[in-house]
Parts: sequence; structure tokens; C-alpha cells
Amino acid sequence: MATDNGIEVEGLVRVFGDEIRAVDGVDLSVAPGEIYGFLGPNGAGKSTMVLMLVTLLPPTAGRATVAGFDVAKQGPEVRGQIGAALQESALDDFLTGNEHMDLQGGLHGLSKNERRTRGAELMERVGLSDAAGRKVGGYSGGMKRRLDLALALLHRPSVLFLDEPTTGLDPQSRSALWAEVERLSREDGVTVFLTTQYLEEADVLADRVGIIDHGKLVAEGTPTALKAGIGQVSLEATPANPNDREKLAAVLARFGEPAAASPKSVAVRLVSGAEQLAEVVRALDAEGIQVGDLQLHQPSLDDVFLQQTGRSLEGEEEEAEPAS
Amino acid sequence: MSSVGQLALIGRRSVSRTFRQPVLVVPVIVFPLVLLAVNAAGLASITELPGFPTDRYINFAIVVCFVQGALFAAITAGTELASDIQSGFTDRLSLTPVRRWAMLAGATAGGASIAVVGSVVYLVIGLIFGVQIETGVLGALALLALAIYTAVAFAGIGAWLAVATGSPQAVQGVFPLLFVFLFLSTMNLPLDFIQKDWFKTIAEWNPLSYLIDGMRGLVIGGWDASTLLPAVAVATVIMFVTFAGAARSLRGRVQRT
Repeated sequence: MATDNGIEVEGLVRVFGDEIRAVDGVDLSVAPGEIYGFLGPNGAGKSTMVLMLVTLLPPTAGRATVAGFDVAKQGPEVRGQIGAALQESALDDFLTGNEHMDLQGGLHGLSKNERRTRGAELMERVGLSDAAGRKVGGYSGGMKRRLDLALALLHRPSVLFLDEPTTGLDPQSRSALWAEVERLSREDGVTVFLTTQYLEEADVLADRVGIIDHGKLVAEGTPTALKAGIGQVSLEATPANPNDREKLAAVLARFGEPAAASPKSVAVRLVSGAEQLAEVVRALDAEGIQVGDLQLHQPSLDDVFLQQTGRSLEGEEEEAEPAS
Repeated sequence: MSSVGQLALIGRRSVSRTFRQPVLVVPVIVFPLVLLAVNAAGLASITELPGFPTDRYINFAIVVCFVQGALFAAITAGTELASDIQSGFTDRLSLTPVRRWAMLAGATAGGASIAVVGSVVYLVIGLIFGVQIETGVLGALALLALAIYTAVAFAGIGAWLAVATGSPQAVQGVFPLLFVFLFLSTMNLPLDFIQKDWFKTIAEWNPLSYLIDGMRGLVIGGWDASTLLPAVAVATVIMFVTFAGAARSLRGRVQRT
């Protein structure tokens, strides 16, 4: 019997073929009612992790429980407790929103009446009441994601898995979805396991963040604690003349370790903090480097990722996760 | 929810989405009739061959429509199921307490339902153009029943291909092969009239010949168990083998614990 709606993962491994270790010994724990952000670049193992936790992919090794049930041995019990919106919305373009509700609600064992009332309630909550009778093929990306979320909530799950729920959404749709996820956690006590490749999403929404890279958890903690662990502010400078980028990098290197920056800029973590700014400006002036833009940044989750992996999460090249 | 309730829900969804795509429905109904018209125009004179079992070619050829329609429907059912696998819709369903067999059989309902509509249309058009059914009204109903049973059995072929490959393109790629198989049957000539030995051997062993001959017997022969029972047996074997194969493949495709 489930004692809570948390998630416990111990040494979870999934190997594809002989040697692709998509998830490579992950340990983590998500408290009941917590929003846990699972952050990582494409191909890091996020979706594989979710597929194992929602019982659609057996783990190669290790153990995981969701709401107290073992994902490898108690699949039906786990599925009874969870709702999931997987990476591809996988909706039927030729069915209406209401028809999706009816189908999925029926398969979850809801009566015809329950399907109708619960469906209408959820469609209203995600702002799709007006579109409920329209075919999903005419929905925007944001509407599909919201319908997907509503479908995941139909049977009142206590744990919700959202695999990159806002990928490809406009900022407005993204904010609306964040607000609903936050409400679910704060008001309804739903535990949320959310994968994302967006730093901002993890930063804004998650109570705690786990950063995954090449199948391994490389950092874990609250966003504030993770960023505090970096400690230093970073300075990002963009040369007025793009040809001066190398010279600029050489000067900035005197003041600290490299930090994540946009492709045209150079950034360093200032060893002595913001007080070094005047010193940096004088050094750039002495070298005759014209600066087009100069900014001080508080540490970000990308800095955490960079520190742990030596790479920046922003601008990572797209790489697909191995197929099962 | 009971398995039958699950099957009904998934089947209803499959039928709805299929009939909302006219491109899936129209060719299944029209193409066999066009081929029938072409064959009737070009091959009508073979009824003059001594011993040919009927003097009206359309009586002989009408049943080919039913088998063609069933083959089309099989490919449609398979393509639809493969699209569900590819898009992740199967995963969506797998997260509910749905039983695998209900998911499989329900997904083929759309394709099979096209065959049902098609069979009724072929029969009505045939009757309008003078098809005479020797076994009467009861025989016409038996013909429809056998055609629909065959379509459901063939849907299993589509389902197996879909689950084994997970690719709508792969399912569609097999279609020409099935059509060649149809041409190498008693589709255009009774077995005794096929001259080439190799063709005759293939047609004799071709399961489609048994289905065609069973249906044809009802139209131009009479109530003959020696043609009807083998047809029912062949459809039954195809249904059980293909759906069992599809169910087995689905266990590998949907690895839910």
C-alpha cells in the first residue's frame, strides 16, 4: 500500500543495446507535494528516466518506487497513482478535446457522468472550454500541451510526470502552464516530476533541481543552493568589433575562470566579485578594446551545469536520445 | 472497466478517426469497383469458354471486390495502428489500465469498418448491375458475413505488420505484395481454366483462392459446404495466427511493467 506520493530512486540504470547507458546509476528522492526539476541537455537521459518511472520501460538495474509502489514489480499500482504528459503530446488530430477526455476517462474506469463532469472541469481549468468540441488538429502547440496536462489529471493522480511540457511553447503559454503546475503542487499536494532543458523553467518552478548529463546525476539541490555553491558573479562582455573577441577573452581570463556566455560574448566568473569591475574596465581600456556591451550576472543554473560538466547547457547541440 | 468496454471505446475512436479521413475510405470503396468494371469490359468473353461456371462475367467477378476491399482495409488498419505506435498514442493508452488485446483489436476496428461499408456497397452496386445470387437473400447475407469475417481476419495481418515494424510506411510497403498475391489466385479464372502449371500450383495453394471460391460459390453455385467451409477455415486461421503474432509482438513493443 502506498504510504505517500513521493518518488524514491536508487541506482537506476537503463542500458540500450550493449553499451549505451542512457541512465547510469541515478539516485534521487522527491518528497510528497514537491516539484522536482530534472534538468539536462537533449540526449542526457531525461526521457528514459521518465519512461522507467511511469512503468513504460523496465529498468536494467536499480530500484525505483513511485507513491510507494515498485515501478518494475507493481506497474498497474504505479499507473493508478500517476498522470503523465510525455514528450510528444501524442494526441489524435481527428478527435475533439472532449472525445479525448471520454476515451481516456473511460479507460481509467470513470463512469460516463464522471467523464463528462471531470472533463468539463479540467477543460475549464486549462482554458480550453471553448475549444473542447473542436478537433485537436486545429489546436495550437500550447493548446495541445494544455489538453495533454488536463488528460494527465483526469483520474486525480497523486504524482504527475511532465516530460518537457513547455518545449516549443510561446512565453505566454509557458507561463500559463507553469502557473497550473504550481497550483497543482501547492493546493492539491500533487508531486511533480518535471524534465526540462530550459534553465529558467527549472529555476522558476522547481523546489529542487537534479542536473543530469550523460545519464548521471551531476548536481542536485534547490536552485538557490546550487547557485550559491558557485558563489561568484560573472561578467559577460561583448566586443564592439567581433574580431577582438580573442583579445577580449585573454584580458578577461586574468580576472577569473570562464563562464557560460552567448556565442559573440566572453564571460568569466569574477574571483573577487563585482568590486573587480572597475579593474576590468581599466584593463580593457589599456588594451584598446572597445566593448559594445558589459553585464554582471548572478550565478545561474547554467553556471552550475558548466561547473559540473565543463559545457554550457544553453546552445547545446540537439542530439536525440537512444531509441528503445 | 471490462475488456469489452475498453474494446468498444478504442474501437469507437478508431472508427471515428477513420471515417473523418475520406482519403482512407473512398479508395477502398471505389478502387475494387473500378477494377471490376475494367475486368468486366475486357474479360467478359471468357464466359463463352466451354464449361465456364456462369454466363455472366459480373457474377463470377463480383466477389473479387470483397477480397480486394478486405486487403485495402487490412492495410488501413495496419497503417493506423503503426501511426499510433509512432506518435506515442499507444504509450498514452498504455498508461491506463487498458488490456493489450483490447488496444490491438480496437485499433483495427476503423479499417474493418471500412470493409463493412465497402462490402455493402459492392453488393448493392453488383445487384444494380445485374448480379444474380444463386443462394438468394440468405446467400447474399452469408456473402456479406463471410466478406466481413475475412476483413476482420485480414485486419490481423495489418495489425501484425504494424506492431512488428512500428512504421506506417513499412505497412504500406507490403501492400503491393498482397496485391500480387491476389493476382496469383483464382481471382480471374477458375482453377481448372488456369493453363500454366506454376500459376495453377500457386493458385491452388493460395489461401486467397479458398476465400474467393467460398464467396463465389454462394453467388454462382449454391449452398456448397466443400467451398464454404474451407473459406471460413482459412479466414479463421489467418485471424488467429495474425492476431496472436500481433499480440506477441506488442509485448515487445509496449514493455510496460
